[in-house]
Amino acid sequence: MAIARVRLPPNIKKGDVVEVKTLVTHPMESGQRKDANGQIIPRKILNKFVCAYNGREVFRAELWPAISANPFITFFLVAGDSGSLKFTWTDDDGSTIEHSEEIHVA
Amino acid sequence: MDRSFARDQISRRLVLIGAAGVATGFVTIRKVAAQAVHPGAHVEWLNKLVGGKKATPGKVKLHIPEIAENGNTVPMTVSVDNPMTAAAYVKAIHVVTDNNPQPQVASFYLSPANGKAEIQTRIRLAETMHVIAYAELSDGSVWSDQAEAKVTIGGCGG
Repeated sequence: MAIARVRLPPNIKKGDVVEVKTLVTHPMESGQRKDANGQIIPRKILNKFVCAYNGREVFRAELWPAISANPFITFFLVAGDSGSLKFTWTDDDGSTIEHSEEIHVA
Repeated sequence: MDRSFARDQISRRLVLIGAAGVATGFVTIRKVAAQAVHPGAHVEWLNKLVGGKKATPGKVKLHIPEIAENGNTVPMTVSVDNPMTAAAYVKAIHVVTDNNPQPQVASFYLSPANGKAEIQTRIRLAETMHVIAYAELSDGSVWSDQAEAKVTIGGCGG
């Protein structure tokens, strides 16, 4: 099962521009590698990443095989109301990895 | 320990390290060579993304280490010196390379909700190459930056 981790700075105040650090475990198989007997290992990566803040999309990324394994992505966010940040990574095979993180805004 | 003994130790260790470095370097380079690189593919891709608009160097700062020890995971930061308000903000940041099997790296879509146009991630570089970032602003203008990363041990290709 993939593990997703999100880091937010402590004691966030309304209006702060905070850095959101995200990490998810995934091999990001680029389709460039060969296995032991020389067969190309087919591409299988996370190709989309979306963050929604209290239901509203605030960040989206399209990813390609050049993104390293266990994708680490950071972006910034204006702190509004307390609530939850929902992160969704979409795999080439259509499956998704989801993670939600509470955001406490003073 | 007199000096000559230390010198032997050091030289022996250097020889060993050197040999190990060469061995791993050789193995990876052979594996990556399989995929041909289409020169100019990155320019075509960028043009498609920004509708053929010309990019002006400036406002964008792409940072990658000058020398990447491990091409599998090269830290990259792209920041755009531009307000993020409803009136003027950075809509998208596109990143490509000019010497990976595929030119695309990632596209990031932003809005005033981000407050600051800066992203960080880790990318794969098969060998020494340029990484190019385009930023599209809400007024339709396109800005760019590029940087070269020398890769000592190639990543398994983009």
